[in-house]
Parts: sequence; C-alpha cells; structure tokens
Amino acid sequence: MIELKDITKGFGDKEILKGVSAVMESGKVNLIIGASGSGKTVMMKCIVGLMEVDTGTILYDNQNFTAMDHHAKKEVRQQIGMLFQGSALFDSMTVEQNVMFPLEMFSKDSLKERKKRVEECLERVQLKDAAKKFPAEISGGMKKRVGIARAIVLNPKYLFCDEPNSGLDPQTSLLIDQLIKELTQEYNITTVINTHDMNTVMESGDHIVYMYQGQKQWEGSNKEIVFSKDQKLNDFIFASEFLREAKEMRQLDMFKDNKWKDQLEEQLKRDSKK
Amino acid sequence: MLKGMFSRPENMKLYWKQFMQQCVDIGVGSFGIVFIISLFMGGVTTLQTAYQLVSPIIPRSTIAQVVRDTIILEFAPTLTSIVLAGVIGSKIASELGNMRISEQIDALEIMGINTKGYLIMPKILAATLMIPVLVAIAGFLGIWGGKEAGVLSGVLSGEQFMMGLRQEFKAYNVFFAMAKSYTFGFIIASVSAYYGYNVQGGALEIGKASTTAVVVSCVLILFMDYALTAILL
Repeated sequence: MIELKDITKGFGDKEILKGVSAVMESGKVNLIIGASGSGKTVMMKCIVGLMEVDTGTILYDNQNFTAMDHHAKKEVRQQIGMLFQGSALFDSMTVEQNVMFPLEMFSKDSLKERKKRVEECLERVQLKDAAKKFPAEISGGMKKRVGIARAIVLNPKYLFCDEPNSGLDPQTSLLIDQLIKELTQEYNITTVINTHDMNTVMESGDHIVYMYQGQKQWEGSNKEIVFSKDQKLNDFIFASEFLREAKEMRQLDMFKDNKWKDQLEEQLKRDSKK
Repeated sequence: MLKGMFSRPENMKLYWKQFMQQCVDIGVGSFGIVFIISLFMGGVTTLQTAYQLVSPIIPRSTIAQVVRDTIILEFAPTLTSIVLAGVIGSKIASELGNMRISEQIDALEIMGINTKGYLIMPKILAATLMIPVLVAIAGFLGIWGGKEAGVLSGVLSGEQFMMGLRQEFKAYNVFFAMAKSYTFGFIIASVSAYYGYNVQGGALEIGKASTTAVVVSCVLILFMDYALTAILL
C-alpha cells in the first residue's frame, strides 16, 4: 500500500501539486487521471522518488519514503517496477538482455535460474519468440510488453505505469490493460497507472484519483464514476457525445441489473463526507 | 556530478563489464582516426621542418630531432586529444543525452542503480586510461610517418632520421606528454558526460549538448595545455 499525505510540489513560483492525499491499495489497479498539465506525471515522479516533494509524506507500507536516506530509498526502489511511456528499453541490448538486466544487477541466482526467470516473464507477456530481437526491431506494443516483463522480473511489490497505452491501437491497449490487471491480482502488487485512456479507466480502474489543476478533484472506482455528479470529472471523462451516451447506457444496465442501489449508496456516502 | 559517482557498486561484475566495453569503444573505436591523423601529422612536420631549416651548417638529422620533440611534446597529446574530443566527446554526450531523453536513465534510477556511478564513472576511467594509450600510439605513428615522408620525399635518409631521433632524447618529455594526455582524457570524458547527462528537452537539445561538450572540451584542453606547459616545462 502506498499512502500520500498532503504532498506539495512546485517549480519556481508555479505550484504543481497542491496538497494531494490518496491511498493506493495493494492488489488493485490505482489510476491517476486528469487533463494534461494537471500534475499527474509530477505526482508519479514524486511517488517513485525521481522528484523530491516540497512538503508532505509518502508512505510505502507505512515506511516514510520521503524521510529515508539515499541507501534506504535504493532498497525500496528495488521493490519497484516501472513501465515508462516510451518503454525506456536499453537500445544496445536485446529483448532478453533487457529483461535479464535487473536480475544480473541484483539477483544472486545462478545463470540458469536467471534465464529461466526471464523465459517465464517473456512467456507471461507472450514475447518468447522476440527474445533475440533488439528494441528497434519490434513494434510499440511489443516494446510495452518487454517493459512490463522487465518491470516484473524481480517480483516487485509496487508497479508504476506511465501512460501504458499511449501510441497503441485500441486492441493492443486492451491487451496491455488486461495484462497489467492480471499481474496485479496474481502477485498482489500495488499498481499505479497514469493514464488518459478511457478504456483503461472503465475496464481496469479499481481505484481512480482524478487530478484537476494540481489537486485531487475526485476519488472512486470505475463503477462509481458512472454515477458521479462532479461536473469537472464528467466534462473530462465523458467529453464526447458518444461517451455521454455510453455512460447513460451503462447507468441503464446497472439499473436493470439492480446494481445501482449499492453504487448510489456508496456515492451518497462519499458526497456526504465531502 | 563527480561526487555522486562514488558509491558502492550494486554489482561489481556489471560495472567492470561496462568499463571494459567503454575501453573497447574508446580505444578500438578511435584507433582508425588516430592512425590517419598521426601519420600525416608526422609527415607534414618533417616536410615543414625541412623547408624551414635551410642553413647548410645544420645537419639533416636535426629535422628528426625537431619532429620527435614536436610530436612528443605537443602534437601527439594535444592535437590527438582535440580530435578525440570530437570523436569520443560527442559520442559520450549524445549517448547519455539520448538515454536521458528516452527515460533510460530514469529506468535505471527506479531500479535503484546509481546512474552516475554506472554510466559516467566507467566512461571517465576508460577515457583516462585509453586516451594516453592512443596518444602513445599517435606519438610512435607520427614519428614513423615523419620518417617515411622524409625518406620518400628525399629530404633525409632513414639512417639520418634514426640518428636524429637518438640525439638529446629526454625521457621527461614522454612523462610530460603522458601527464597532459591523462588530464585531457579526464577533461574529454567528464565534460561530455556532464553535458549529456543533464540534457533536457528533445533531439535538438542532444545535438546542442554534443556540440557544447566538444567546444568546451577543446577550450579546456587548450587552456590546460598552456597551464601544464607553464608548470611542468
């Protein structure tokens, strides 16, 4: 579990994060959504420690990450896997070597065991056949899958994905979402995804944090989002006519299935807390 | 940046592998250009010295002596290093810049790797080790090129050249050349790594960083050349 307590971050006079608090639960896909410039990427970089927060605390399983020294932070980071927007694969290494790299750096396993683990991970992302290829020789979707394989090779407790679907076709996007969701549940990982993709929001969002101008505007699940009365959130998520109609149909389906009562109750509770 | 390089390596074997890779890239990768410029540098020095030494009372072997000292003292360390600043410096800056822009450095950071130690230190160590080796090779090749040019153009015979080479040889000059090349090797790698590692933006900025790294390295090399000459000679 990752807990953010009132974190702020600014660059010069410009305040990017204005006191954000949230809890990212383990075994769940936690999404950070919001328009460009809303502070999502800065927030993720602060959580993983690529940027220092100005004030506030970040807790990894109740350990204060912000107060840790460099050595302790390195230990926490070895439990983190991250999939970058551009995949960030090492150009000079093959797919297999890319996935092997974290193991070579940190694992004390024998070469045979390491190779076996790499094979397992590549098989998990269905890329066993591409093991000997270089990143320049594979497609964007395959690169993302190699990135996922590299991120999970050390069995991380926390998985971060920065725009995992950017630049991918809808079918490949769904495949990546599905893979991330399965891995999250399989290994009980705390997954945090930074996304713009509405498919991801509706299909994978166990827990969603909507950011608006550096603040947490709304928080809930993909089911609650359908019933949300938050105007800013609705303007962002259901921006097109098509999506607004899809929302209404989803609401209708939930009424038919009688699921709406629970959702409505949860939403009312949430609203009354606010 | 330099301070951040010194921490306990996460895996010594991988750091060593990285260092060896850099030694090969810098040493073998630059050998071709060093070979060509050294030969011509020696040849031209011989011909120009012969052109200037017109007095009949100065023996022909003096040409070899002048060529030897010019190459050892100045041309081999300084000229070779300036060329290497272009070859190696731009490579280091663009490689690190590309890694920064494509988030590869961030990926290493997230894994808990000291990126300055893993990416920059092997480059600086390899350059500090391999550039003096290249300078030494450049010295030998330059003198050989000078001899061949002298013989081929009929300026002096091979025996005269070899005799001149042995006249008033000072081993201290070789030490001086090596001291300069270690300094220049460090300058080339550290300046280029600094500009490459701290790139922000896109492809255009990588190009700019690469050019700046080469320009700053060359200026620093020339400055240190003067400073070391003033101090050591």
